Amino acid sequence: MANSKAAVVGLTLLQQRQRAAFWFLAPMLVALFCVAAWPLLRTVWFSFTDTSLNNLYGGKWIGFDNYLSVRTLESGRVIYRGTLVDPAWWNAVWNTVRFSVVSVTIETVLGLIVALVLNAEFKGRGLVRAAVLIPWAIPTIVSAKMWAWMLNDQYGIINDILLRIGAIDKKIAWTASTDTAMYAVLMVDVWKTTPFMALLCLAGLQMVPRDVYEAAKIDGVHPVKVFFKVTLPLIKPALMVAVIFRMLDALRVFDLIYVLTPNSAATKTMSVISRENLIDFDKFAYGSAQSTLLFAILAIFVSLYIWLGRVDLSGEGGK
Amino acid sequence: MTANNWMKQIAFYALVVVIVIFSVFPFYYAVVTSFSTGTRLFEINYWPKVFDWSNYEAVLGGRTFPRNILNSVFIATTTVVFALFLAVTASYALARVRFRGRGLLLMTILGVSMFPQIAVLAGLFELIRFLGLFNTPWALILSYTIFTLPFTVWVLTTFMRDLPIEIEEAAIVDGATPWIIITQVFLPLLWPALVTTGLLAFIGAWNEFLFALTFTSSETTRTVPVAIALLSGASAQEIPWGPIMAASVIVTVPLILLVLVFQRKIVSGLTSGGVKG
Repeated sequence: MANSKAAVVGLTLLQQRQRAAFWFLAPMLVALFCVAAWPLLRTVWFSFTDTSLNNLYGGKWIGFDNYLSVRTLESGRVIYRGTLVDPAWWNAVWNTVRFSVVSVTIETVLGLIVALVLNAEFKGRGLVRAAVLIPWAIPTIVSAKMWAWMLNDQYGIINDILLRIGAIDKKIAWTASTDTAMYAVLMVDVWKTTPFMALLCLAGLQMVPRDVYEAAKIDGVHPVKVFFKVTLPLIKPALMVAVIFRMLDALRVFDLIYVLTPNSAATKTMSVISRENLIDFDKFAYGSAQSTLLFAILAIFVSLYIWLGRVDLSGEGGK
Repeated sequence: MTANNWMKQIAFYALVVVIVIFSVFPFYYAVVTSFSTGTRLFEINYWPKVFDWSNYEAVLGGRTFPRNILNSVFIATTTVVFALFLAVTASYALARVRFRGRGLLLMTILGVSMFPQIAVLAGLFELIRFLGLFNTPWALILSYTIFTLPFTVWVLTTFMRDLPIEIEEAAIVDGATPWIIITQVFLPLLWPALVTTGLLAFIGAWNEFLFALTFTSSETTRTVPVAIALLSGASAQEIPWGPIMAASVIVTVPLILLVLVFQRKIVSGLTSGGVKG
């Protein structure tokens, strides 16, 4: 009797809590629906219409024409139009992929090195950690401008340093030249985001128990071997999460490229070309199609990564 | 110590010095540049030779830049307050109440925080036009919710999940409603997490560029990053590097100070967003 009464009270308590939980979640869910789900759906919708920037409600449904349309002329010639046959779009896709893979790879390696340094005990570690945080704290636009000045072809300090040490024999127009624009962008991005990688790696390293290293030292195992056989496998879960966060950030990169190398076809990414069409070129629907494609590419990439890498993002595993 | 060990020590400290110089030099050079004017700007100086404040006077005495700073402060603060207000109750529900679909909901929220912003740009543009918010601070406060809110919910949820169950049980036994539990029991314990997430959300809103560029159209409604990006000289060829560097230093110094003061909190906030022990 007493038992069943307790069960009834427990149930109502749980129900009461669940009802409260619903009302606690509702405002946040409404807000997220308004700023995320609804605009996303509208973007996808626009991509199937011929909406223009000045007449947002005058668009007609045109199916997949913004993506790909095939028309056969009377002469028998077949004309393909749309984003999927637009060389500028594929150039942007290629730029984005190249930028993301190279930058995230370099940042992961450098981030790990910095994290290993910060994980060691030495005098002034706090100061070094503070210094490493500075690039992260600087707004992207500001770092783009700072580096644009340092990379300036005539008065830039980078050319000056490289000339002095004899690495180059004439000044390079880093951001303007199509050969070097991507290097310039990568340089700034690596500088700006390696601290973030380092912090995430450091958090992973600090979870490795110290006695593992002690044991390896006593057994006389070479430190490099310890790193690859013990440390790396132990921090791999943390590393996988850090890499996906950075990768998603890199794949949608906009501000750095918009400011550092404006209008350069060598660095134009998917986000940059989409916005250009959406706002600047008054091809609102066409730009919508490109941003929808970008979203689809990211969604597929994340799903594959989580599925293949068995990444646990929820933090609930094992609990 | 053997010679070998000495070599290792020297190599290690050399690496440390390289890391520090690489991190700090660009900002240092921006500060040096911001104090030079005229032809001195185009001599390459590794050390500050003069302290000429005229770039700062030009920027701060200008017509629009002080206004841009106020815009940024107002927008970032309001965004953070709004996000924290919604996130505290939501993350209590997500962290402490068991219900069906909780894991899925959490993953959705995390997914939204990783949204490519360009994918919602067209839809948000329409929404903001529809609400009549275009070219006002509210357009940015509304749109920044897309990345501040999921992030604050996520971090606060992981933080609340780790609080001991006993304190809540005691309150339940005393007959406290969930609302009382949040405001009287959890909120006092949450302060450190609120400061961290608030700070990180503030930095995110302060630095945002894409929405700010698209949803404002006049010089006086711009935020600081847009103002700096579009700062131009008398002609297109003549880029005013001195004032740009002065403006950059002005908006970056407060951030660097905040980050250095709250170093530990920021590191723990950043890592609980991604890596969970």
